[in-house]
Amino acid sequence: MAGPVLEARNLVKHFPVRRGIFARERAAVRAVDDISFAIEPGKTLGLVGESGCGKTTTAKLVLLLEQPTGGVMRFQGQDLQALDGGRLREYRRSVQAVFQDPFASLNPRMRVSSIIAEPLVTNESLPSAEVRKRVLRLLELVGLPERSADLFPHEFSGGQRQRIAIARALALSPKVVVLDEPVSALDVSIRAQILNLLRDLQAQLGLSYLFIAHDLAAVAHMSHTIAVMYLGKIVEVGDADTVAKAPKHPYTQALFSAALPSHPDERREEIVLAGEVPSPLSPPSGCHFHPRCPQAMERCAAEEPKLLPESGRDVACHLYTGVTVAWRSSPSGGGR
Amino acid sequence: MSGPLLEVRHLSTHYVSARGTRVTRAVDDVSLTLGEGETLGIVGESGSGKTTLAVSLLRLLPPAGRIVSGEIRFEGDDLLRKSNAEMRRIRGKRIAMILQDPMASLNPLFTVGDQVAEPLRVHEGASRGSAWSRALDLLKAVRISAPEMRVREYPHQMSGGMRQRIVGAIAISCEPRLLIADEPTTSLDLTIQAQYLNLLRDLQRAHNLALIFITHNLGIVAKMCDQVAVMYGGRLVESGPIAQIYNAPAHPYTRALLESIPRLADSRKRLTAIDGQPPDPAALPGGCAFHPRCPKVMDRCRVEAPPESMVATSHTSRCWLS
Repeated sequence: MAGPVLEARNLVKHFPVRRGIFARERAAVRAVDDISFAIEPGKTLGLVGESGCGKTTTAKLVLLLEQPTGGVMRFQGQDLQALDGGRLREYRRSVQAVFQDPFASLNPRMRVSSIIAEPLVTNESLPSAEVRKRVLRLLELVGLPERSADLFPHEFSGGQRQRIAIARALALSPKVVVLDEPVSALDVSIRAQILNLLRDLQAQLGLSYLFIAHDLAAVAHMSHTIAVMYLGKIVEVGDADTVAKAPKHPYTQALFSAALPSHPDERREEIVLAGEVPSPLSPPSGCHFHPRCPQAMERCAAEEPKLLPESGRDVACHLYTGVTVAWRSSPSGGGR
Repeated sequence: MSGPLLEVRHLSTHYVSARGTRVTRAVDDVSLTLGEGETLGIVGESGSGKTTLAVSLLRLLPPAGRIVSGEIRFEGDDLLRKSNAEMRRIRGKRIAMILQDPMASLNPLFTVGDQVAEPLRVHEGASRGSAWSRALDLLKAVRISAPEMRVREYPHQMSGGMRQRIVGAIAISCEPRLLIADEPTTSLDLTIQAQYLNLLRDLQRAHNLALIFITHNLGIVAKMCDQVAVMYGGRLVESGPIAQIYNAPAHPYTRALLESIPRLADSRKRLTAIDGQPPDPAALPGGCAFHPRCPKVMDRCRVEAPPESMVATSHTSRCWLS
């Protein structure tokens, strides 16, 4: 394959904090602070981290809902900054989103057929019979009966609404779908249905996903690559199995050990972190994680660690000097 | 005291519509027991009746809710026979509750110290000074850093994890025997959730508290509980010791639920999804409420609800197959 479908290099997003009568910029929230990642065609990049770590800002940058303060984003090799209006519109068509709460993301006053058809109507001039045909095909794709087209969102359960949101996201045959907590608002017995559907659609349509969730098991289940964020930085990134089963960064280790067991026999020794995530307005010096890190050294407070290869993935931590086999940004195969 | 701390027998709670024409059987014939210092997890999806069951235990139902039958024996006495005044002396003192959203449980106009001291002043008649100093100790017990400073602060000055710990401090202030926690960690981040669950477990051990966890999260149950009770459509479909439920689930719903959650240890496997969706509690299917989604449904399930049957020692299930 010819390289990643979406690539970010040294992406930065700062939100200025303005105070006083002249609204001078007093400080900046470093929501996303110099991160790089790549999403391969037909693959899933899982983004994990706690609230305030910058995952949602990253998703907004990818969707062009926010303009980056710095860095480069490339879509199929092309720099997004260099795209003109027409090409930019094409990018927006190729990158779609499914959000957490299907009760909020669907207009209660529109019929399902209009909801799903809206992207088609605004982006393509199709005869109405063709639009109807496409809507019915999309409904079939997400496993909803044909008659759903003429109903309103309130007539559906949470899981079915999320299917409608997925159908709408797929209307323009996107390359990349941003999934921001797509199952956390759903009932437990429904989550597996939606996760299975998303994986089937990926296999069928060759979609790439940016999957954001706080349920680590779900992320590990869905992703080919996992990136762990802490206070705007990626602290560890690599093949999903490698990161999930043998995490190296102390934060990743703590995060995965805090994940709830799926069986009582799995009750294990946990690394319980002291304190809470500091404010991104004034992140700690050096490694942002050092005040909570059980293995912090003197060096960590002074010097910011770089993201370097370590045991088959990239880690930003002074515990590892990073003189081992390089992890390539395009892991081969592992069809899921 | 002999016998269990809490014994619920054939409890049914219904919601009646304004005209009395429609009845929702939110909790239907539920029995369970809990000993001193034990932990019970009540698992269910939205509309399964788990929260109604919890508020029934405290008799805090909304006006439309009625406890129509059954008994709730707590420390040997039937709570349903208590007067309202007697119930007020039990709530917050003998049985405490932690709710999902700490911001909704705390009063934004009072300092944290006032709110932690309030139950001590109300239930134990403590003086202002002694209640305040005990509030300080309680903040220390729930691991609030710099409690001397925090005790004078207001809820909005704290993070979600800290607020939930304040709610925990209020709950344990009068040294209750039973603590009911309704989804206590859903609004918390993962590492903060781990901190909070460990705190609850330490408090439980220190005070020999009995805990009831109401949750939809099977992971929390696996981590925290000795006993599990699985609710579906207002009924307890399966209950028993945690190891038995996770290793040999007897009810098809429990089995399907356990198979449908992704596991970190086995992340490649395709998930086994449960078809359909949880039933509307106001319009439950006839017979066994799970029958429209059950992979092993038989003709009998559609017409007749199965009774509770013993599968093994203290392991019960409501299924015609068991």
